This record gives sequence, C-alpha cells and structure tokens, in this order.
Amino acid sequence: MAIAKKAVVWGLFAAGGTLTSFVFPALIALFLVIATGNVPEGLQFEQIHSFASSWLGKACLFIVLFLSVWHAAHRLRVVAHDFGIRKDTLVANAVYACAAIGTVLAAFYLLTIN
Amino acid sequence: MRTRQLELEIMRYDPEKDKAPWFQNYTVPCLEDWVILDAINYVKDNLDTTLAYRWSCHMMVCGSCGMMINGEPSLTCKTFIRDLPDKVRIEPLENFPIERDLVVVLDDVIQKLYQVQPYIIRKDDPPAEDKEYIQTPAALAKFKQLTMCINCMICYSACPQYGLNKKFIGPAALTMAHRYNRDSRDQGKSDRLNILADHDGVWDCSFVGACSEVCPKHVDPAAAIQQMKVDGALEFWKQKMGITGDKS
Amino acid sequence: MSRQPYIRPMSTTTWYMRNGRYKVYVLRELTSFLVMFYSFLTIFGLAALAASPERWNAFLASQQSTAMIIFHGLALLYFLFFQTFPWFKLAPKAMPVQVGEKKLPDSYIIIGHYVAWAVVSIFIFWLVGVI
Repeated sequence: MAIAKKAVVWGLFAAGGTLTSFVFPALIALFLVIATGNVPEGLQFEQIHSFASSWLGKACLFIVLFLSVWHAAHRLRVVAHDFGIRKDTLVANAVYACAAIGTVLAAFYLLTIN
Repeated sequence: MRTRQLELEIMRYDPEKDKAPWFQNYTVPCLEDWVILDAINYVKDNLDTTLAYRWSCHMMVCGSCGMMINGEPSLTCKTFIRDLPDKVRIEPLENFPIERDLVVVLDDVIQKLYQVQPYIIRKDDPPAEDKEYIQTPAALAKFKQLTMCINCMICYSACPQYGLNKKFIGPAALTMAHRYNRDSRDQGKSDRLNILADHDGVWDCSFVGACSEVCPKHVDPAAAIQQMKVDGALEFWKQKMGITGDKS
Repeated sequence: MSRQPYIRPMSTTTWYMRNGRYKVYVLRELTSFLVMFYSFLTIFGLAALAASPERWNAFLASQQSTAMIIFHGLALLYFLFFQTFPWFKLAPKAMPVQVGEKKLPDSYIIIGHYVAWAVVSIFIFWLVGVI
C-alpha cells in the first residue's frame, strides 16, 4: 500500500531531522575541538572505548547514526529532484543504498567494540 | 493627495496574434494611496482597453486578482504602490499557462480542489429533528484559520514543487483537505486518504514554505501540509496496530 | 476565438536563482550533505575505535590540522544557521498545540527547542569532558 512506503520514509526523515538538529552541532563541535589538538578526557581511547562497549553506548550511537543517514539519504533524494535530476527511482535506490551501507557499517563496528 | 508617476511594464499575450508573450510599457499617474490594481484599472480605462485581466471585489476576499508584481505573486488589490518602486513589472501568475494577457488557465487547480472532496462527509446522518451539529469554539479553533482560503491560487505560483511537477496536488487543495479532516463535523478522513497515499499528494511537498509566505489570508498552507504528513506517518502505525476509523 | 495557452518554461536546474527565498531553501537542503559526511566520518571513527588504540589515535590525529579547524568551524556555522535554527523555527508548524480556544504561541515551542538543544549539547560536552 503506497501510504506505507512514503509514510515510513518520511517518518524516518522527520525523526532524523529532529535528532540531527539537536545533536549534530555538538558532534561537529567535538570534531572542531579535536582538530585544535585538544583531545578531551572522554575521547581518550579508554573512555570512549568503554562507552562504546556498553549496551547503552552502542544503542545511543546506533540510533543517532541510523536516523542521521536515513534523514540525509531522503533529503538528498529531494535535493537531486530540486536540481533537475528527475530519475527518481535511480536516485532513491542510490541514496537509500548509501544509508543502508552506513547502517550496516555502524552496526558492524559497534558490535565489534568490546 | 499627492500623485506619483508609475512606469508599468505589463506582460501581453494575444493567443490569436502572438507566438510568445511580450512586455508593453504604460506611464500611469497614481494617487499615493492606490493599490496596483487601481493603476491597472487606469490603464484599462484610459490607456488601453484591450488589456485583459481578472479582478472583482478589490478587497482581498474574492481571490481573482492574483498576479506577479516585480516577481512576487500577490493580490493586486492588496499591494499598495507606496510599497513599490516607480518601475513595476506585472506578469500573470507563475506556473500557470497564460490564456491572454494577465489571465491564466486555472483548470488544473480547480480540478484538484474537487479531488480532495472539500465538503462535510458523514458516515451516519443525523436525525431530521436534530439537524444542528454542535461545535464548540474550541473545536472551531482547530481549523478556523484553514477556512480563510479565498482560492486565489497565489500559493501555487510560489510553490516550486508545483512548478517542477504539475501533478502535485498543491498547497490550497491539501489545505482544504486538512480543513475538513480537522472539522469535528466531518467523518471523511479515510475517504481523503488517497491524498496521503498518492504519489503526487502530500509527500511531494518539501516544505519550502513559500506558499505560506505569500498567502494573503495567512492560511499557512505549509503548516497544514506538515500536519498532514505527521498524520500520515502516524496513520501508518495506527493501521499496523489496528486502530483506524473516523470520528463518530 | 481560438485558444492557445502559452506555457512559460521553468528551468529544472536553476529555478531557485529566481529569488532569495528559494536560494535560502536550497542552502538549507544542502546541509544534508553535511549530515551524510559527518555520519560516515563518525562511522570511520567507530571503525578505528573497534580496531585498536593506535588506529583510534591515528584517527584523532588525522583531524588535527588548520584545514580541519576551518572546515569543522565553517561546517558548524553552516549547520547551525541552515539546519538547526530553521528546523526549530519550523517545528511549531508541524505540531500545533491548542490550549482551550487558543493556539500555543509559536515562540513557546521554539524557545522550548532552544532550551532542549542547550541542555543536550551541554550534556554531551560534559559527558565527553570538554566542560
């Protein structure tokens, strides 16, 4: 049923957009801090490794990454359309494949952190 | 009252004579409190009776006089010349085929308004003696803003998604559907679900928001459409869990 | 009288240059590239974290340069002004709250978003030890 696909896709997009709006500024700021050479306590290997080893840490990181890549993918699909690339099915497959790869990689790496 | 000379650059098109539209210039002496429609009427009355355009109420309730004023879709009866520079370019509403001069073909959007079934749909009829629907002020407040639409179709001119894809149902029609879905007297939400399911329905909107910015009646169609998307997203999960149904 | 409606062409690739409103919209939508970029950057970080302390430190070191400072700095500003702040401004439209006969003012919802964002950001910074 058509409503199923569009509604689910949009729901992921909206949830991802809300989450990234709240969380990504801090995430980018952390990269900025690292770039200046000051690696904060919590990003030293032992600390961040133990956070990512915990199930809570894994869950948090996975949800953020999962929603972010799906949000970005759907939006990029619309961007392609807005820029005149009208082969929607092709674009959709490409962007959602990216998101799927991101999701699988995130899950894989998170699961291997022990 | 002071007068002001306005240079109007008006798009002309005669389907029987012209291959493409062209611009004609007119110099119009305006009173400073005029709206641009007054200037166009001056042209028609005094300078060029062949100019074709739509207008009626001159008070922002009929929705007839929408045109592009210096590239911005507006009601000409609402656009004061004190807010305009001396040179004004007047074109027919964007995204619509030009019938003649400033008159556009609105058949597409009229058909779309019909498509959303913009009337109270009841699953059960109230008994004859009890014909009055009880609706509290609070229930009315839920959708009152959405009833303000005067079908001027300026939102379709502002909407780039409609410009790119004429199959998109568009702001005014979607807002009309939402207006009835939000009306406590209506029981037809599931009948209008085709708009949520449809490829060219609600999901074609990418929330540019231009429609709400140009709406002369502050209906806020962009908000209405986002609310329908949220409804649609929730509807999917409701249907999965077996909770459906219209109001009773 | 014969009809011959004229259809004005619209460029599918440059329509957004027509006015400021459209340009801002496109800039807003282009932040999705940043979201994809930082998501994958984070995933590469996780890969390094999963591998070894050396790989993790190498990942950190790869970020440390003037070029990256400028890049992350600009990305942060771009993201704030074209994603986060517009998203907050538009949020009340999708979630109108009715109190009695009146609608809750948009500003309440927008300010609520800013407060929540500040709380979340401060929490993340505290968790990581920046503050």
